[in-house]
Amino acid sequence: MQKGASSNATPDTEQGISFFNDRKIRAVAYQIAALFMVGLLGYYLFSNTVANLQRQAIATGFGFLNKQASFEIGESLIHYSAADTYVRALLVGVLNTLKVAFVGIVLTVVLGTFLGIARLSTNWLVAKLAAVYIEVMQDIPILLQLFFWYSFFYDILPAPREAIEPFAGVFMSNRGLVFAVPQWHPVYTYIAAAGLAGCIGAYVLRKWARKRQERTGQIFPVFIFSLGIIIGLPFVTWLSAGAPHKMSVPQLVGFNFQGGLNMSPEFGALLLGLVLYTAAFVAEIVRAGIQAISKGQTEAAMAIGLKRGQILNLVILPQALRVIIPPLTSQMLNLTKNSSLAVAIGFPDFVSVASTTINQTGQAIEGISLIMLVYLCFSLLTSLFMNWYNKKMALIER
Amino acid sequence: MVQLPRDNNQTDRLRAPVIRIGAWQWLKSNLFNGVFNSVVTILVCIFLYKIIPPFVRWAFIDSLWLSTADQCRAGDGACWSIIPANIRFIIFGFYPYELHWRPTVAMIMLISLLFYSKNRNHWNTSLGYIWIAGLLIMGILMRGGIWGLTAVESDQWGGLPLTLMLSVFGMFAAYPLGILLALGRRSKMPAIKTLCILYIELIRGVPLISLLFMSAVLFPLFLPAGLTVNKIIRAQAAIILFTAAYIAEVVRGGLQAISRGQYEAAESLGLNYVQKMRLVVLPQALKIVIPPTVGILISAFKDTSLVVIIALYDILKTTRSVLGNPSWMGFSPEAYIFVALIYFVCCYAMSNYSRRLERELHS
Repeated sequence: MQKGASSNATPDTEQGISFFNDRKIRAVAYQIAALFMVGLLGYYLFSNTVANLQRQAIATGFGFLNKQASFEIGESLIHYSAADTYVRALLVGVLNTLKVAFVGIVLTVVLGTFLGIARLSTNWLVAKLAAVYIEVMQDIPILLQLFFWYSFFYDILPAPREAIEPFAGVFMSNRGLVFAVPQWHPVYTYIAAAGLAGCIGAYVLRKWARKRQERTGQIFPVFIFSLGIIIGLPFVTWLSAGAPHKMSVPQLVGFNFQGGLNMSPEFGALLLGLVLYTAAFVAEIVRAGIQAISKGQTEAAMAIGLKRGQILNLVILPQALRVIIPPLTSQMLNLTKNSSLAVAIGFPDFVSVASTTINQTGQAIEGISLIMLVYLCFSLLTSLFMNWYNKKMALIER
Repeated sequence: MVQLPRDNNQTDRLRAPVIRIGAWQWLKSNLFNGVFNSVVTILVCIFLYKIIPPFVRWAFIDSLWLSTADQCRAGDGACWSIIPANIRFIIFGFYPYELHWRPTVAMIMLISLLFYSKNRNHWNTSLGYIWIAGLLIMGILMRGGIWGLTAVESDQWGGLPLTLMLSVFGMFAAYPLGILLALGRRSKMPAIKTLCILYIELIRGVPLISLLFMSAVLFPLFLPAGLTVNKIIRAQAAIILFTAAYIAEVVRGGLQAISRGQYEAAESLGLNYVQKMRLVVLPQALKIVIPPTVGILISAFKDTSLVVIIALYDILKTTRSVLGNPSWMGFSPEAYIFVALIYFVCCYAMSNYSRRLERELHS
């Protein structure tokens, strides 16, 4: 195409063909026209907005962020009270969004993978049930599902006094889900640190084992040793602290439960809806990823004498993940974006806090820009990760 | 086992010899092949036994279909009565009661048009004109004001017609816009390319709800004083702008899949840019991306339910306001199941159709 353009251009200029038919000049003209129109539209909207804001006497700028928020937020990961500033309120919102997104993504991947494998099961009943689940969940709007689960908590579940106890230590009522957790003990901090150290140790071990294998050809049983380190270190820490095992079991006091870990109906409904909905999409992705690997790959790996674990680790997974990870990431991002529907069922996520802020301050432009900015940051981070991953995993051809 | 797509054209191909006959053999090979599968089958059967009979009892045996709310409260089963008792409001919202025939006719027209367009033999230019005429008539039926029809302002529109209108008009307007954006993104002119990339990535990066907020709250600020645009139209604009970005990405995939030779051949015939795209590239590119496009349309249809959050009375919102009525409070599962069924039927029909189309186009 480039060649054609240049060979065309030479005779044109030589014969002095009309100025308006020159490709380059036309391209510049089109672009100037497009930019001009966008600029004009922008200017029109901007001037209208400024005029309207002045007429309605709405303040502008982000000065309101440092004022006192004076509204309560139902649940928060950091300490917050109505006396705090709007910045802190919005931060609470961001953290709540991240909380839902993180827990939701972990559960979705687990459930989605399980469903995707079930969909390919040789067991007719399991495969059909998974197929029905996937089809039904994909075809019902997420907002409707959120409303359904919210009403499930509020309309169907009983009051705390008659709470349902499906497993020992777990209580379901219209105040949410309460379950027993180990009572807080200072050693848990050290256990978490030991777990982290274990992970780092396993990573270093893996690097070393690969280098050693490349040098000497000897295979080191990395998996068993890593598992030993990751589980063993926290366990030893726990034992050395005298193995604390006191549980904080929820007790019915008055009209509600005390103790244990409480999950509010709003959070429960949001999490349930997002996970059940997104898992259906993840299941389809996982199924496609598994089906994308031809049987010949497994057979070839068997033929060169790899063991089952090695086949999975060295041949199947690297190829399947290359197919699975990109759409999976976009589903994770979808889940994060869909968590903004929390505003409809009253969970204080970022959008919900921001819209309260808009209602109180009247500064809609700033509020909505903040919403868009925060979600754009999430998307940008995700796509940066995707680019890095694609580069790392891309097929290196001859 | 993985099910292969059924191909009817190749019945003459030799099939594997039949070795399993009868229900017992089928059970043995599909449900009880191996210890693990047998255990799983039994566990699933127990689970289904725990779930299905109580559900059937609740939904069909103990249920009430045409009763008052008080009778429902006395009973144990599902109260489907909430649907027939409020059906007119759920379906039509605040549309004037005695004029309900107009949205009904419009919806029937839409559905029959959709059924007519299902057949690929009907896809030609005149179908396009039929659609334009049909949508116009539907608009007139809804809006009124001419031909002796009473005018109904669009803030009275609601329920299922509103849901269908938001999705159908959203799809029709977003599709050309999406194609333009995709072409712009593939353009060699840096300014136009940058503008299109910025638009697409910006819209795809934010949730639809932020655009709807924008349409509800900010849009009036953008317009000169005195000029107001109806809330429904503003939400419709937000949905169109949102869907177009997603369609653009799908179409871009199709454009990238067309080989260079096609572009070059079109150019060597002396076609200009518009002719090249309209006659050679787009017909091929759009055909490849029909299945993912239907996927986008399905999610656009589901996403119209988000207008609930800016208080438009689509079918989900009308249902919720019925549930807000003290006498029907607490029967939300029944009402939500009904709305879910409507959405499910529409989406399932679309996705089924897309699968069939995919098979037809591949063969």
